[in-house]
Amino acid sequence: MKVKVKLFAILRERAGTGEVHKEIREGSTVADLWAVLQQDYPKLAVPGIRLLYAVNQDYVKPDRVLENSDEVVFVPPVSGG
Amino acid sequence: MFRVTDKPIHLQELVDCVTVPEAGAVATFIGTTRNNNEGRRVIALDYEAYPEMAEKELARLGEEAGKKWQICRMAIVHRVGPVQITEPSVMIAVSAAHREAAFAACRFAIEEIKRTVPIWKKEVYEGGEIWIGTQSGQPLPRA
Repeated sequence: MKVKVKLFAILRERAGTGEVHKEIREGSTVADLWAVLQQDYPKLAVPGIRLLYAVNQDYVKPDRVLENSDEVVFVPPVSGG
Repeated sequence: MFRVTDKPIHLQELVDCVTVPEAGAVATFIGTTRNNNEGRRVIALDYEAYPEMAEKELARLGEEAGKKWQICRMAIVHRVGPVQITEPSVMIAVSAAHREAAFAACRFAIEEIKRTVPIWKKEVYEGGEIWIGTQSGQPLPRA
């Protein structure tokens, strides 16, 4: 199955792209997807920061099981305002 | 009104949106762009958002405020893209029958924005730039 990953801010810059379409195994979680992405983009992870996770525009836990065509966002620390 | 925009924000638009006959108070907050941060001389800010989710989260915190305080309406507009020094980056307006609820909900809204809404601020300063909240060690030199 396939999911869409959107990358923003520092993660977008570190990956060099804002959107990734990724083929993943059935039953993969958000955390599994993050591990796969780090192999594809070795510079992606930012040491010392805590990520939040969103699927289809809602915050989820990293053990959330993904479904086909989900939109996944790894959310670096927010700093609006 | 819960919106992310790349255009300048106009306070009157938010005030008009929340002003209803039942309201006896409208509290507003304007976040503006400061020329310094932690000793650095800031030239400009550059905001990026996950727009669909940011607007959803803004609406959610508006709903949450409505459960905590007796407010009439809330409006929040957050700017994205480059924002020059002194320009507003965010505006909030809250109406309520009485001022206590309007002030409290307005304060709550800006604190929640900084905590949960997927918007990121890049500080551009002399000699570099930083995504605020992700600093680890020295700032990265400007690309």
